[in-house]
Amino acid sequence: MDRIDRRGFLECMAWTGSALVWTSTGGVLSSRMVRPAEAAEDTAGAFSFVQISDTHIGFKGQANSDSAATLQQLLDRINALRPAPAFVLHTGDQTHGQKPGAFDTLAEMLKGVKTERIFYVPGEHDVFLDGGKEYLTRYGKGTVGEHGWQSFDYKGTHFVGLVNVLKYKGEGMGALGQDQIEWLEKDLAPLPTSTPVVVFAHVPLWAVYPQWGWVTEDAERALTSLKRFGSVTVLNGHIHQVLTKVEGNVKFHTAMSTAFPQPAPGAAPAPGPMKIPETDARRMIGVTEVKLVRGTEPLAIVDSTLG
Amino acid sequence: MKIRIAVMIGLVLSGSMMAGHALAARSAAVGIKEFKFAPTALEIRTGTTVTWTNRDEETHTITSATGAFASAGLGNDETFAQTFTRPGTYEYFCALHPKMRATVIVK
Repeated sequence: MDRIDRRGFLECMAWTGSALVWTSTGGVLSSRMVRPAEAAEDTAGAFSFVQISDTHIGFKGQANSDSAATLQQLLDRINALRPAPAFVLHTGDQTHGQKPGAFDTLAEMLKGVKTERIFYVPGEHDVFLDGGKEYLTRYGKGTVGEHGWQSFDYKGTHFVGLVNVLKYKGEGMGALGQDQIEWLEKDLAPLPTSTPVVVFAHVPLWAVYPQWGWVTEDAERALTSLKRFGSVTVLNGHIHQVLTKVEGNVKFHTAMSTAFPQPAPGAAPAPGPMKIPETDARRMIGVTEVKLVRGTEPLAIVDSTLG
Repeated sequence: MKIRIAVMIGLVLSGSMMAGHALAARSAAVGIKEFKFAPTALEIRTGTTVTWTNRDEETHTITSATGAFASAGLGNDETFAQTFTRPGTYEYFCALHPKMRATVIVK
C-alpha cells in the first residue's frame, strides 16, 4: 500500500465539519453492510471508516480452525461497502503469539483492502516476545519517535492512536507510560473544544474488568485531557466482544475480534478463547464500521458479525 | 560357572533398576490451564527437568523474573522444558498475562 505522507493526507481533507452529536448503534446488524441506499449518503463531508481488531493470525482452536479465512471473509465484506471506507484502523493483536510468518500473512491480506490507508496500534500478542521490536520495525515509521503512537486529522475529526501494551507488566493491565501521556496532552492542547476526537488503542481505556487485566492502569490523566471536547469516541479491542459505555461526552466502544470471541466479564474462570462450535463463534466475530454523517446527525457505530 | 553368570546378571539388572528410579525423580510437570500454573509452587531436587504444558488455547509463556529462562509463546498443547541445576527459588510469570505467577523451589 502506498504511503501517503501526513501533509498530503491532510491536504485531501478540505471540509470543515460542524459539531457532532454522538449516538451509537451496537449489536448484530449483519444486513447493513451492503445496501444500495448507502450510496446516497455520500454527501460532501460524510465519511466512514472501519475498525478491525484482534485478527490473531496463527490462532487455531475450537472456535476457529482458520483465523486467516474468517478475516478474509470479513475483508471481502469491507470491500463490498459503498462508499468505501476512507481508512481502516487495526486496534491490535494482529498475530497470535507473534507466530513466525503471521505479521507477513496479515500484511499480505490487508493489501487487498480497498481503502486509502490503514493505521495500526499493537496488541500484547504483537510485542510480548521482543518488547515490540518486530512490530515497530514494521509499523513504527511515521509514528511519534517511532514509538508506535500517532495522531492525524481527517475532515475535521482528530484521530489519536495510543499504545498501551509496551509497558504491560506488573499487574497485567494496559499502561500508557509518562512519555505518551505528556505527548497526548501537547497533541490535544491546540485543538478547539468543538473538534470531534476519536482515540484508538488496544486495551480498553476504561475499567471493563480489572481482574482480567481489562483496564489501562494510567488512563486517568489521558481521559482528563479529553474531557473538555464536545465529542470523544474511544475505540478499543482486546476483549473480543462489543461493550459500550458513555461518560459525559466520551463514548467508549470495544470491537469484536475477527478470529474468536471471549467470555463476558466474569462469565468464565478465565478470559481465553471461548470453546464453542465454529458455527456459533461466527455470530460473535466481526468488524466495526463508523459512519460520520454531516451536520448534527448522529455518528453511527455499527458492529457486524460474520454469521 | 552357572552361579557366576547368574550373579553377574543379577548385578546388571539391579544396576539398571537403580538408574530407572533415579530418572523418575529427575523430571516434574507443571500444567497451565485457565490462566493458572499448577502447581503454583513446585518443589524439586537439583538436576530435575521441569516440563510445562499449555492446556489453554490462549498463548502463555514461562518467563523467569530474573531472566534465568524464558520460553517462546506456547500454543495449545505445546511444551517447554527447563533443567534446574542450582538450588534456589525461581519466580516466573507469563509475559502475556503477568498476573500469572508461580515458583520453582530447587533444593
